[in-house]
Formats: sequence, structure tokens, C-alpha cells
Amino acid sequence: MAMKAIDPQYTADTKYALEVRNVDIYYSAFRAVKNCSFGMERNKITALIGPSGCGKSTVLRSLNRMNDLIAGARTEGEVLYRGQNLYDPDIDAVQVRRSIGMVFQKANPFPKSIYDNIAYGPRVNGWKGSKAEMDELVERALRGAVLWDEVKDDLKKSGLAISGGQQQRLCIARALAVEPEVILMDEPCSALDPISTLKIEELMFELRQRYSIVIVTHNMQQAARASDNTVFFLMDKEDRAGQIVEYGPTEQIFQSPKDERTEQYISGRFG
Amino acid sequence: MSAEPLTPLSASTGRLPQGEEVKQNVASRQQRGKLWQASLLFSVFVGLLVLLLLAWNIVNDAFGGIAVQEAVEVEALTGGRELEELAQPELVAILEENLRSRVLRNLNREQPLAERDAENLIEVILFEIIKPEVVATFSLYDYLFNRAEIEAQLAQDFPRAELEFKSWLRWDFIVNPMSSNPIFAGVRTALLGTLWLLVLTILISFPLGLGAAIYLEEYQSDKIFDERKPVGRFFNRVIERSTSIISTNIYNLSGVPSIIYGMLGLAIFVRALEAFTSGSFFGANEGTTANGRTIISAALTMSLLVLPVVIISSQEAIKAVPSTLRQASLGLGATKWQTIWKIVLPNALPGILTGTILAISRAIGETAPLIVVGASTFIVTDPTSIFSKFTVLPIQIYNWTSRPQDEFRAIAAAAIITLLILLLSLNATAILLRNYLRSRRVS
Ligand SMILES: Nc1ncnc2c1ncn2[C@@H]1O[C@H](COP(=O)(O)OP(=O)(O)OP(=O)(O)O)[C@@H](O)[C@H]1O
Ligand SMILES: [Mg+2]
Repeated sequence: MAMKAIDPQYTADTKYALEVRNVDIYYSAFRAVKNCSFGMERNKITALIGPSGCGKSTVLRSLNRMNDLIAGARTEGEVLYRGQNLYDPDIDAVQVRRSIGMVFQKANPFPKSIYDNIAYGPRVNGWKGSKAEMDELVERALRGAVLWDEVKDDLKKSGLAISGGQQQRLCIARALAVEPEVILMDEPCSALDPISTLKIEELMFELRQRYSIVIVTHNMQQAARASDNTVFFLMDKEDRAGQIVEYGPTEQIFQSPKDERTEQYISGRFG
Repeated sequence: MSAEPLTPLSASTGRLPQGEEVKQNVASRQQRGKLWQASLLFSVFVGLLVLLLLAWNIVNDAFGGIAVQEAVEVEALTGGRELEELAQPELVAILEENLRSRVLRNLNREQPLAERDAENLIEVILFEIIKPEVVATFSLYDYLFNRAEIEAQLAQDFPRAELEFKSWLRWDFIVNPMSSNPIFAGVRTALLGTLWLLVLTILISFPLGLGAAIYLEEYQSDKIFDERKPVGRFFNRVIERSTSIISTNIYNLSGVPSIIYGMLGLAIFVRALEAFTSGSFFGANEGTTANGRTIISAALTMSLLVLPVVIISSQEAIKAVPSTLRQASLGLGATKWQTIWKIVLPNALPGILTGTILAISRAIGETAPLIVVGASTFIVTDPTSIFSKFTVLPIQIYNWTSRPQDEFRAIAAAAIITLLILLLSLNATAILLRNYLRSRRVS
């Protein structure tokens, strides 16, 4: 079976790091998301918003084929990355996830030391180098996630023995360590206090220079403050499938939404 | 999404207790809880009582009194002194005086008496002249509480016999081979058989059971072959069907009576595969060739018996690893196998090991399937390879308890204690191992 590779050299003049075209996502017979098309700009933060159950997480997981892990889940349509449809039968999901990383709603560090949490990704991906080089990589990833100063003295400590906010940043650092191009975040701050939340938001701004970020959030201020583009989802009352109502630059969505449902939702009069 | 308007509380027809009623109501509910608590405590006590009875029952037989009668009294031989006090030449003299010349000749041929040390000579004197003989055996209870009665009885039946305390469980008992005389009989052969069986069963059932559990938990829904080709689809279907037969029937398999596994083992390992299990195929030629009735046949049978439980407990342990850890690993670009090997198994290992060891220690006490696959009931040669004839502790115990003499009942009890110590230390190992693995894993 010839495995297709994602061409690392590919640079089409598209401005999108990832592009979703006519995607329908099913859980067995239930269509959870329909007719989804939008692009995620390079080196920008794209926020997915919408009421609970409208399919934000489902769409996010489809971007790096995490839905493959759910029995019965099926994606139709195209997700384009470097000119390649990620759902091409010859594309290996492992290859996809290496370049499109994910941070989950609930921080999920491995029950290993902080150091090993970071080193895990590079190691499983065939990283070769000396101990000193790995030390450097770990430091770079932790600095990237603004966690280095807080944990540099106990890298041997368990990844579970730090605060929730620190754990979430550890998970971000872990994702950075494999040098992905896109980072997907599913409500990364929902379990955090306002200060940790702010830290993560600042961090996202930093990361934007090197990565493209897609974030799901329920927090309207967060979406408004911390994203460049916004996609608003809503569930179709008829068939309970999620669909995109409106998408565009965050400023425009929040200040002059075209659809009245968007207006209602962001002003809190909806859902 | 608009909420349904709630019915106002005042409009509902029932009512909750109010004021003083609340106190009574709570008191009566608490009372009911207390009653349940008391009855639960009762069940615990019943369990405890059973445990104590069991322990007492074994101890009562394994320790107790014996009445020893000597053919010739030591004092009569030595003129009132202890044997240990005598010098070597004096001991030789005693032997020469009291033994018939033919016996003496035989002894001298083995090793001249004059060259033997005192210890050896005392042994010979005990064995050939004094000949202590156990004429009666008493349980611990009788020995402790019916002393007067016993002594009266003894004085009447065996006036020269002496009553002494006896622990049937002693070092000699562990290291002596089997003997038809209960006084000298030991469990060495059976204990070695049990240890061989234990190790082999672990070696066979652990990798097989764990492997099957990993497949069923992690890979069962995977399509191995290319779904787009008809041949691939066909093979995928075949694999799916057969693995789902196992996974739906694994609980049934674990409930199949052990004797049925014994019969299966007899048919397959002892009979059909005799060429392999007897070792003749591998050129092993035990002098005591047991056809297929060898340790390896027994271990394979036991492995079949414990396999379902090993699979189930490993599956449970694997299931208990949070799926968020799997997702984290896969999300970083790890393959499925890397995720299993580096994340799932290390986290499931404590549970897998305890489950497996407990299942195997349960099986080590089994008798029925081993009788069927032909464990020997009387055997004096220690097992030396996987193709040896063998016996195990439970069979030995079973064999001894079915004899009428009191002495056999006593050594059966001592063997039971040996078996229990073995099993308890196995379980303790499981617990220690689990705690060790848990503590080593940073959590
Ligand atoms: N594993 C699953 N199996 C079946 N149906 C699912 C599964 N996950 C989600 N769904 C369904 O798909 C729809 C979209 O769910 P999804 O989790 O994507 O919503 P969401 O927008 O992320 O909601 P929330 O904001 O509450 O996280 C819902 O109707 C949900 O019931
Ligand atoms: Mg969600």
C-alpha cells in the first residue's frame, strides 16, 4: 500500500493553513455537522464559537483526524492541508497529528515527570540526538509555553503534581515539542482561573508568530480579545445538525454581525 | 433553548415534613440505616467465624500429641545416661552388643562403625535398636484439654509409651520425600511439583492472556486488511467474527468447571500431543517416562484454566487507563502500538499483575483437573524437567486425607498449612509488586 506523504515543501499561495470544504460529520447515522466550509488563516488565531452541542468539538477533532478514534464517526468532504486532503484514504492519521497538534479541554499530562512529558512527543516521532540536545529541546518547549521559570528546578517532578493552569501549559509545551504547524485547542481555559486564563491567552498571542491556532471557546470575551477570526456555529432546529451561521474577522463578527442570530448569541440573548 | 416553566411548589398535592416532623423523620431514617449497618456487621462476623473455624480445624490436626513407645528404653541401654553424653567408642559398643551379626556386617560394609561420628551412630541406634514407634496420635484439642483421659487410656493400652507434643509441620516435613510411613513422609516432591507447575503456568498463561487482552481491548475494532479490496474485506470479516466470539464468551469460559478443562487437557495434551508432552519428540528420555502425564501437560491444562481469568483481569486493567491519556499520546503523533507500549501498559501493569497472580494462585489449589490429567498419587522421585512425572500439594493432601490413620490426617493438615503459606506468600508478592509499581510510577 503506497502511503501518500504530506509534502513539507508545499507552498501554495493559499493564505490558509487549513481549509475545510463541504464537510459533513456523522456519528453512526446521526449527522452532527453539515455543510461546513471555512478556512483557518496562517499565523492567526481562529475561534470556533456557538452554543453547547452545536458541533464545535466535532469539527475541531476532524481537523487532525481525532474523530477516527471514535467508533462509528465518519467525515465526508475535504480538509485541506498543504494542498492535500487529510481524509484521502492513503494518508496516515499519525502523519497528520504530528503536524497538527491538539490541546484538550481537560489538562491530561502523562503520569510521568515534567521532563518526560515533553520528551515523549519527540521520542515517539523518531527524534535522534544527545541528552544535552533533548535538555535544550525540553527547555525551549517549556519556555515556549511560559512555564520554564516555574518548573525549571523540578523537571523530575510528576506532571500531575503541578497546578491545573500549569498542567494545561505543560500540555501546550508538550504539543510544541513536536514542532507542529497548527495547534488545535478545545476550551483550554474552561477549568482555569482568570489569571491562568490570561496567561494562556498571552501565550497564544506569542505562539501565533510561529503557529496557526484554532481554539474552541465558550467565553465570548476570550473570543473577542484573543482571536483574529471567528466562526459561529449553530444547531439546525430541524435535523439537529450543527452548521456555520457566519464567519469572518473577529472584529466584524462582534461589532457588525450580518446575521441576527450571531448578534443574539454574542450579546448573550441566546442559547 | 427556553426552559419549561416550573410548576409552582404550592400547587403540588403532596407535602414534605415540616417543623417538628423533620426531626422525627430524620431520626427514623437514621434508625433504619443503623439497622442495616448492624446486619452488615453481622455478615462480617459470620465470615470471620468461618475463617477462625477453618484455621482451628487445620491447626488442630497439624499439631497435637503423640504417644511414642520405644522397643528398648534408652536408659536400659546406657545405664541411665542420655545417648548424647556417650563417647563414640561407647556408642559402638552398644551397637555391637545389641545388634545381630548380619546387621552389623551390613552396617560395617556401608562404613565401618569405628570410623563413623557420634551423630551418625546415635541415628543408627535410634533406628535399629530403640525403634521409637508412634502408637497413638491425638489432636491439639485432646492434647490440651483431655489430658487426663488420654493418659488413662495410654496407661492401659501402652504402659511404656510416653506422651509428647508433636508439630507435624517441621523442616523435615518440607524437605523429606514421600514415604508410606507417615512419620517420615514429607512433601518435598509435591512442593517441587507445585512450584514447577506454578512457574510454567505463569510463563504460559501470562503472555498469552495479556496478548489476547491487549488485542481485544485495543485492536478489535481495527481493520487489518484493505477494506477497499474484496479479499481484504473478507479477511477483516473473518478476524472480526472470531475475535468477537472470544470476547463475548470469555466470561462463560471463566465459568466452565475446572474438571472439564482437565478432560480437555487429557484429550489434547496427554493423548493427542503425547509425542511432544512426553518429551520423546525432543529426545528427552526420563527413566520414569510418564507418557503424556507430565508437568508440561499439567501446566498447559492449568494455563487453559486460568487463561480466561487472566484475559478478563488484564482487560479490566487496560480499560481502567483513562482514554484521555491515549488521546494525548495519539494527538502527539504516536502510533497505536507506541501508545499501548509506552502509555497504556505501564499504567495498567499493576492491575494486570495482581489479577494474573491472584488467578494463578487460585488455580494452584485445584485438584480435579490434575487428577484427570494424571498427576501421580505416590511418587518419590523429584521432578527434574518439564517432562517428569509429578505430583502436587493438593493431590498429596487429597491422597492423605482419604487414609484412615490419624497420622495421615495430621500430615495432611501440615501439608495444607504448607500450601496455604505458599499461596499467601504468592498473594503477598502480588500486593507488594503492585504497590512497588504504583510508587515507581510518578503520579
Ligand atoms: N462520541 C460521540 N458519539 C455520538 N455523538 C456525539 C459524540 N460526541 C458528540 N456527539 C454529538 O454530536 C453533537 C455535537 O457535539 P460536540 O461535542 O461537537 O458539541 P460542542 O459544540 O463541542 O458542545 P460543547 O460546547 O458542549 O462542548 C452533539 O449532538 C453530540 O451529542
Ligand atoms: Mg465541546
